[in-house]
Amino acid sequence: MHIMEGFLPSPWWQVWFLVSLPFIVIGLYQVNKLVQEKREALPLLAVAGAFVFVLSSLKLPSFNGSCSHPTGTGLGAVLFGPCIAAVLGLIVLVFQAVFLAHGGITTLGANVFSMGIAGPAVAYLIYKVGIRAGANTYATVFCAAALADLATYVVTSVQLALAFPGTAGFLGAFSAFAAIFAVTQVPLAIVEGAVIALVFKYIVQLKPEILTRLNLLPESTIRKLQEAAA
Amino acid sequence: MKYGMEIAVAALILVFAAVFLLQDAAIRATGEEAWGGADGNAADLIEASGYEPWAKPFWEPPSGEIESLLFALQAAIGAVIIGYIFGYWQGSRKTA
Repeated sequence: MHIMEGFLPSPWWQVWFLVSLPFIVIGLYQVNKLVQEKREALPLLAVAGAFVFVLSSLKLPSFNGSCSHPTGTGLGAVLFGPCIAAVLGLIVLVFQAVFLAHGGITTLGANVFSMGIAGPAVAYLIYKVGIRAGANTYATVFCAAALADLATYVVTSVQLALAFPGTAGFLGAFSAFAAIFAVTQVPLAIVEGAVIALVFKYIVQLKPEILTRLNLLPESTIRKLQEAAA
Repeated sequence: MKYGMEIAVAALILVFAAVFLLQDAAIRATGEEAWGGADGNAADLIEASGYEPWAKPFWEPPSGEIESLLFALQAAIGAVIIGYIFGYWQGSRKTA
């Protein structure tokens, strides 16, 4: 769930636009480079974007009696890095703000930062560290995607607490917003992580050459994963 | 196990659905209304402090039906792309 239209006062909505802007610019540059140098990875980019579309349209019930939706940005972040994931997140957030009154144009900067940048950055770091440490590939993807989802809503709570510290101060406001956003998100994050790990398995089976081309997995690991699934 | 991961994910989704049904039954028993959006709850919390949102969406889906149409459309667009590309990869692998 994104911050709704008009729910960030000045100067916070401008601040988050400024923070998000450089990531989007770098992301567009990287997409452009991908189009020119690694065209065979473009279908994978489309899949990553399509995943954000599907997952962020599903409002799911959580155990505490409210609903929220997963973000789906973990896949794009693991495959292409957080800046390209930011561009994918931007596309979906504009779609939802314009057609669905979900999120908003004035809060777009803040929402791009939480869903498109902070969450994906977490996913990207976890994936890189996990693979380098030789951890199980699918377990790493699961953690990356689940924690990206969770981090998105922790950051949303921080953004709201900064803008509305109220009488309780930043920490008090943060725990109130986190109780609404982040706690709701825990079960959804687990399901999202599992689904994205499964999709990663299909990518390993069907298009392993793209994963090597993007330097995501060494060939030896891919061979081992394929043998395990045969 | 060839389909170990599929079974694990399916089991997880079943647990998720079962928890929802149990929780829903418990909430209904108390007669409260639940399952609103987390963003609406946050908006209520903010508005309770006296804050008025300074901007409104310039267009809103006129009814719940239209809103669910657009959400379904969003999911469908994504699903078509995913299905097309995975199907294409699967097909080209088989004929290679």
